[in-house]
Amino acid sequence: MTEAVSFRGVSRYFGHVRAVDGVDLDICDGEFFAMLGPSGSGKTTCLRLIAGFEQPTSGEIKIYGEEASGVPPYRRNVNTVFQSYALFPHMNVRDNVAFGLRVKGVSKPERHKAAEEALALVELAGFGDRRAGELSGGQRQRVALARALVNRPRVLLLDEPLGALDLKLREQMQHELRQLQRSLGLTFVFVTHDQKEALSMADRVAVFADGRMQQVGTPEEIYSRPASRFVADFVGSSNVIPADFAGAGPAGRWASLRPEDIHLDPRGRDAVVTSRAYHGRVIKLGLSLGCHKLTALLPATASVPETGETIRVSWDAGRAHVMGPEA
Amino acid sequence: MNSAAIFPARSGLVARAVDWMIRHPAMFTFLMVLPISLWLGIVYIGSLIALLMQSFFSIDEFSGVIVKEFTLGTYAELLRPANFDIILRTILMAALVTLASAVIAFPIAYYAARYAKGKWKALFYIGIMLPLWSSYLVKVYAWKLVLAKEGILTWIFEKLHLSWLLDGILSLPVIGGNSLSVSYLGTFIVFIYIWLPYMIIPVQAALERVPGAMLEAASDLGATPRQSFRMVLFPLALPGIIAGSIFTFSLTLGDYIIPQIIGSGRLFIGQAVYVQQGTAGNIPLAAAFTVVPIVIMGVYLWGARKMGAFDAL
Amino acid sequence: MHSEKRAPLALKLAAAGGLVFLLAPIALIFVYAFTTEEKSFRWPPPGLTTKWLGVTLGRADVWEALGLSLKVAAISTSIALVLGTMTAAAVARSRFFGRETISLLVILPIALPGIITGISLRSAFSLLEIPFSTWTIVLGHATFCIVVVYNNAVARFRRTSGALIDAAMDLGADGLQTFRLVILPNIGTALLAGGMLAFALSFDEVIVTTFTAGNQSTLPIWMLEELIRPRQRPVTNVVAMAVVLVTVIPILAAYWLTKEGEHTDGAEK
Repeated sequence: MTEAVSFRGVSRYFGHVRAVDGVDLDICDGEFFAMLGPSGSGKTTCLRLIAGFEQPTSGEIKIYGEEASGVPPYRRNVNTVFQSYALFPHMNVRDNVAFGLRVKGVSKPERHKAAEEALALVELAGFGDRRAGELSGGQRQRVALARALVNRPRVLLLDEPLGALDLKLREQMQHELRQLQRSLGLTFVFVTHDQKEALSMADRVAVFADGRMQQVGTPEEIYSRPASRFVADFVGSSNVIPADFAGAGPAGRWASLRPEDIHLDPRGRDAVVTSRAYHGRVIKLGLSLGCHKLTALLPATASVPETGETIRVSWDAGRAHVMGPEA
Repeated sequence: MNSAAIFPARSGLVARAVDWMIRHPAMFTFLMVLPISLWLGIVYIGSLIALLMQSFFSIDEFSGVIVKEFTLGTYAELLRPANFDIILRTILMAALVTLASAVIAFPIAYYAARYAKGKWKALFYIGIMLPLWSSYLVKVYAWKLVLAKEGILTWIFEKLHLSWLLDGILSLPVIGGNSLSVSYLGTFIVFIYIWLPYMIIPVQAALERVPGAMLEAASDLGATPRQSFRMVLFPLALPGIIAGSIFTFSLTLGDYIIPQIIGSGRLFIGQAVYVQQGTAGNIPLAAAFTVVPIVIMGVYLWGARKMGAFDAL
Repeated sequence: MHSEKRAPLALKLAAAGGLVFLLAPIALIFVYAFTTEEKSFRWPPPGLTTKWLGVTLGRADVWEALGLSLKVAAISTSIALVLGTMTAAAVARSRFFGRETISLLVILPIALPGIITGISLRSAFSLLEIPFSTWTIVLGHATFCIVVVYNNAVARFRRTSGALIDAAMDLGADGLQTFRLVILPNIGTALLAGGMLAFALSFDEVIVTTFTAGNQSTLPIWMLEELIRPRQRPVTNVVAMAVVLVTVIPILAAYWLTKEGEHTDGAEK
């Protein structure tokens, strides 16, 4: 399969700040790809590099095999849904959506027809005459999506598009975005700082920190086999403990251990319960084993230990995932 | 869906130039600020520096030729009684005009900010904006009409049988004169009139930002109206007054037209500059005179900044 | 909020007195334009006539001065619009070395008393042996008009999200299309307001102009000469009235325009 986007040794420095530092990355055609990381991790700069708002300081970027470095945004068949939506305030919804066709010289009736179709696609048929200011946050988001999709881009970039929406709307939009991507078969590149969103929506996830790509893989790989302490910390509620303490590897390496893999065992190690919280059918315990803090998820059975109580726990050393040496 | 991932570059020189600039944002910024840098940075600042340099030259008293050698002698000339009087007179006038403007502006700004509604609000808006935006010379001219010996003010005093009062004021030493239009008092009144809107607007803006609940809180806590004015309202309006005073003070310092048309004929700094560079041809002394308001305003702005006046602009 | 409160009587009187002080002199101009008195500023006017309106209309020197003023104001405003917008775009959109210096540089010509700008330009012209012309007047005026446009434009640029420009380019608009279709419509009203202010400022300017004009007369210079050496008072009266009318109309228009906005807000301020 062709790579929709490929980065080879791409860096972007702002003065002395390395916003993106030596990233190698391949995004496949038709894939829903998420870039995940805290703010300042370089994920948004990567997106802006694909869109063409930024140019790499070094390295090369290809879009469907074509060299993109130095190409301005308006010559890339790539469109963006902005975090702030960036709808043009001086135009109505229809003219916003038709903007991309207008600057390409498409005739007025044709572009209006295409705009109406795109609005119908995002379930906003008939909203064409409204002003952006008259719409709710969710509606603006859909307009921004229609405005990008109407151009039939090869790659659609989404910069934290759900960040400004409330929880319920957000879950609904997550679902709709996923449906839309499948039915259109487009390549979506999605930037988010919300690991749940990334893991639940994407085909593959790249985790960023400090301008470097820490790991790329399917959500399952990222979750259960984090490549570094950072990924384990950021992505999941995994316990990160020394590998020798986990009984899974040599001293000096780290291992991740999922909370559901810890269970009560009368022959196990002593652990003091430091906190507990009900999560439906499971109960989440904060445990202290000597100087190590762990989180465990236990079935909410009748004999739930009290805070301050000492219990005995153990885990299967084979379930602990030993991570590579720290970079 | 099978369209290209990268569109071909548009042809044409302009399109290519724009393409190039977008790839080089620093160059774009440079080109955007280049004209202004050349205009203001070189032509304007260059002229200012050339002028200031001339203040370190002197003029040969016999031939009237400028001697291009460094000297502080021209500045020493500023301290001569005749010149020093001009400086003192101007600063004193600027200070009095500023003080009087603040006193007159406050009730107008206070009423406009807190009580005026509907039609009255409109009248206050026009009452402040019209004098602000009217032609400067027309306003000065209007006052020439008002203050003329045969003009309306004399007539009003006459009708009120108060001519003795006007004559009494005019016969006062220093500030009086043959008529109001040839006295310091006249100059003073016109200065206040011309710069008053510059005081009202920032004071009104400052007062409009004081929440009404704050004054209610003050009276609730037992403050008399006089106390709540002195302890709450005035301190909150003060940055506005200082912001306004920057205008009234600076504009009075530099003006040379008002005292030329309405005044006693004794010079102010602006007129001294004009006379020295024009009829007297003494550019070095004119330049030295211009340094005085620059230095005074520099100190004034520095002080005003410390008191937070810039937030009220 | 304070609708039930009554202003104290002393405050009312002081505010009303202030309004009379502000407006009466301007009202007086209208009466004098029709006086039959030719030699002095006598009040009350001995009689009223419209004769001087016709006389003024026939005066070539007034028309010439008006023409020059309009020409200078139009050219200075155009220069200010271009330079002010360019500078505002650079200062608002990017951070670069010397950015603070440029924003200070732009306000300097109105922060310093006009006489300093005037005399320094004049001495620069004489040093460089540049003869006085319409262009020397324009140079002086544009110098202080730039800041007015700049101030309006920079405020608008700051409020206009940079993402809009990104969005336009992302959707395929090149630099010129982005400027024409997105930037200009968004800063248009700010430029209009700045341009009007700059025009008014230039049209009324006298202090800098006296230093940069040579033998030509703009309308304010014509007025100034009449004020110092009155030749024909009735004509001056009529010109003064005309100038007031020209300034009153835009102020009233601006007031009615902003008032409409207040009504739609429905806020009780």
